[in-house]
Amino acid sequence: MLRLVISRLSSLAVTLLFVSLAIFLILEVLPGDPAAIMLGTAAREDTLAALRQELGLDRPALLRYLDWVGGLLHGDLGTSITYKMPVSTLVAERMSVTLPLSLLAILISTALALPLGVAAAARRDGPVDRAVLVFSQLGVAVPNFWIGLLFILFFSTRLGWFPAGGFPGWGAGIGPALQALLLPAVALALPQAAVLTRVTRSATLEVIGADFVRTARAKGLDRRATLRRHVVPNALIPVTTILGLQLSFFFGGAILVENVFNLPGLGRLAYQALNQRDLVVIKDIVLIFSGFVIVVNFLVDLGYTILDPRLRSRA
Amino acid sequence: MSKRFLAAALLLSMSALPAFAAKTSLVVGMPIEPPGLDPTVAAPVAIREVTLANLYEGLVRIDRNGKVQPLLAKSWEISPDGLTYTFRLQEGVKFHDGSTFDSADVKFAFDRARDPKSTNAQKQIFAPIDSIETPDPSTVVIKLKETSGNFLTYLGWGDAVIVAPETAANNAANPVGTGPFKFKSWTRGDRVELVKNPDYWQKDKVKLESVTFRFISDSQAQVAAVRAGDVDAFPNLAAPELFAEFQKDSRFRAVAGNTEGETVAGLNSAKKPFDDVRVRRALMHAIDRQALIEGAYSGFGTPIGSFFSPNHPAYVDTTGIVPYDPAKAKALLAEAGYGNGLSITIKTPQMAYASRSAELISAMLAEVGVDLKIIPTEFPAKWIEEVFKNKDYDVTIVSHTEPLDIEIFARDNYYFNYKNEKFKALIADAAKTTDEKARFAKYAQAQKILAEDVPALFLFQLPKLGVWNAKLQGMWENSPIPINDVTEVSWTE
Repeated sequence: MLRLVISRLSSLAVTLLFVSLAIFLILEVLPGDPAAIMLGTAAREDTLAALRQELGLDRPALLRYLDWVGGLLHGDLGTSITYKMPVSTLVAERMSVTLPLSLLAILISTALALPLGVAAAARRDGPVDRAVLVFSQLGVAVPNFWIGLLFILFFSTRLGWFPAGGFPGWGAGIGPALQALLLPAVALALPQAAVLTRVTRSATLEVIGADFVRTARAKGLDRRATLRRHVVPNALIPVTTILGLQLSFFFGGAILVENVFNLPGLGRLAYQALNQRDLVVIKDIVLIFSGFVIVVNFLVDLGYTILDPRLRSRA
Repeated sequence: MSKRFLAAALLLSMSALPAFAAKTSLVVGMPIEPPGLDPTVAAPVAIREVTLANLYEGLVRIDRNGKVQPLLAKSWEISPDGLTYTFRLQEGVKFHDGSTFDSADVKFAFDRARDPKSTNAQKQIFAPIDSIETPDPSTVVIKLKETSGNFLTYLGWGDAVIVAPETAANNAANPVGTGPFKFKSWTRGDRVELVKNPDYWQKDKVKLESVTFRFISDSQAQVAAVRAGDVDAFPNLAAPELFAEFQKDSRFRAVAGNTEGETVAGLNSAKKPFDDVRVRRALMHAIDRQALIEGAYSGFGTPIGSFFSPNHPAYVDTTGIVPYDPAKAKALLAEAGYGNGLSITIKTPQMAYASRSAELISAMLAEVGVDLKIIPTEFPAKWIEEVFKNKDYDVTIVSHTEPLDIEIFARDNYYFNYKNEKFKALIADAAKTTDEKARFAKYAQAQKILAEDVPALFLFQLPKLGVWNAKLQGMWENSPIPINDVTEVSWTE
């Protein structure tokens, strides 16, 4: 177990190093001069040069890369070009929206998907199963931002139950903040819930067909107990894999949903920073996203060993 | 406490209740969030729309009619040779951090702006300054190297607001000015909150206790926020197709004014066939500006024939110089040797007004045998790289939002690649002319030259589609400079 953790951690570090290099190189070739964007179309060449110098953009690429990585190692994410404030503060601010949003979405998604998937599999081709199949087919086909737009039209504009977007901040109290996050979280969760439901259903069906389930039933265990004790724990393993992949998707999918709902989250910060060519912010956010995906995968791997005792004895 | 006293107290407190008192908070919606709150270090319009006149003040201000009015300078004298400006400053003015405003702050602010290392987006407006003297705390004497006709106007721009030496470096995140409102908080990505400045030097003018700027980029969401009352005023709505509905609704005031944004389709004059003025004129003759405005902006917006804002007193209507005339367009093209057609491209940014206009222009040019292919590009980053810097384009389309920017056509190496020595001399001359009438006459002449020479297809002035609660008074209908001045805005009930 310890060996697994160490080997995983070192490969994590190497991956992050490669990711940082890739991000830096991509941004180098991406067209767009942050100085010209800041100073607009009426600024003179000497002013642009002054700003480039102030931002350190006139220095060689290698030095800039080393500066960035060096800063990261000291926990310094740098200063945003447009906002003129530490990226760490910006990210922390935005994280306070994106993290609760993603967690809420995961919660909604799993709370919907697991029971529905298992219920559908328990009575294959029954009315529940058919309904679940239709629902999930629809959910897989419809993109989250479009669901978001429909939600705004119906729940906010028509019924007035929710704000049409924006975020009052946690300072306004938990109630209003959650109210602002609920619609986007559901919009984010539904397509993922659909995928997860299908995976849960097929994983459960596969286990139901296995020999040990027949044995359990043969020794007199009832349907319910068999499901709970033998089927669901085994079906959880493929479901965890998908959930792990989805965790990173929630983070990334937040970009679209945050834009539709005008939420000041990390995704929208990334989008704005890209438009403004705030290179410092983009680099950091992409690295944070990548780091997050890598860490989640690592945790999922650990999760297998907890869920599946067979892996533990092997490791 | 006796019951009678209690009853009296209750009655008193009830009568003191503001049953008829007007609302004192205002929520203003904006499509774009400012990147930072310091107008002296970056160009974006959104910075000025939050901060100018609300947080920061200049020596002078530009009023809603585009006229220069005294502000931190209560009066000034200009020497007969136009080279020495003596400003008498308001006394008893304090910055939001409690420090006193005086002539040293003015000197600091302008020296900072014209320093070689300065990143002021409009540094050139300070270029004529030779020296700044402060004989006493309430007097500033600015000596110029050469006369500058628009000098006072420039001092009313966001680039010339007065900032204090102690706080200037942090203004982007924590703005400190002398304005009627103080910075309270900025929830990045969502809103900036300002509160009334209790020590403001003309506080009797200010009725509002708090102002919140909310940033809503999606046009549908903007409309929903105004309808729901989440936002009291949206001075620059990005949904022209829904604007007419507000005009019919008595709960709202909906006014289509002008911005400083000239929407033009720049032609690359260094490139064939745009080096031939006949071709440029032919393309202009092929454009039906009114039809374009109908299609691209639901009929809002003023047609322009040159590069000058209708807000400016020196504006002249030049739309008749090269009017819509497809037959003439064909004749000119034939004369220039393109009678059998011409194939060109337009680099089009993603903004709705730009892509819609490009499609309409393409259709209009097809009528005269010109095939205009649309190449999408991304504004600002990609456009600045490809078009603005590398000048790798045939035709492009953007709105230029800086005020009084006709001089860009006089610049060498600007993206239009336009070269006209006569025009250049005229603009340089106008800039130095201190007599207003003479200067305006020169600007009028300059407008006509551009209209005849067509270095860009002059299309329309971007409208300012303002919507606000009908009970609000004092909102600006036009924006002669990028600004959302809410100093004198109040609720009628």
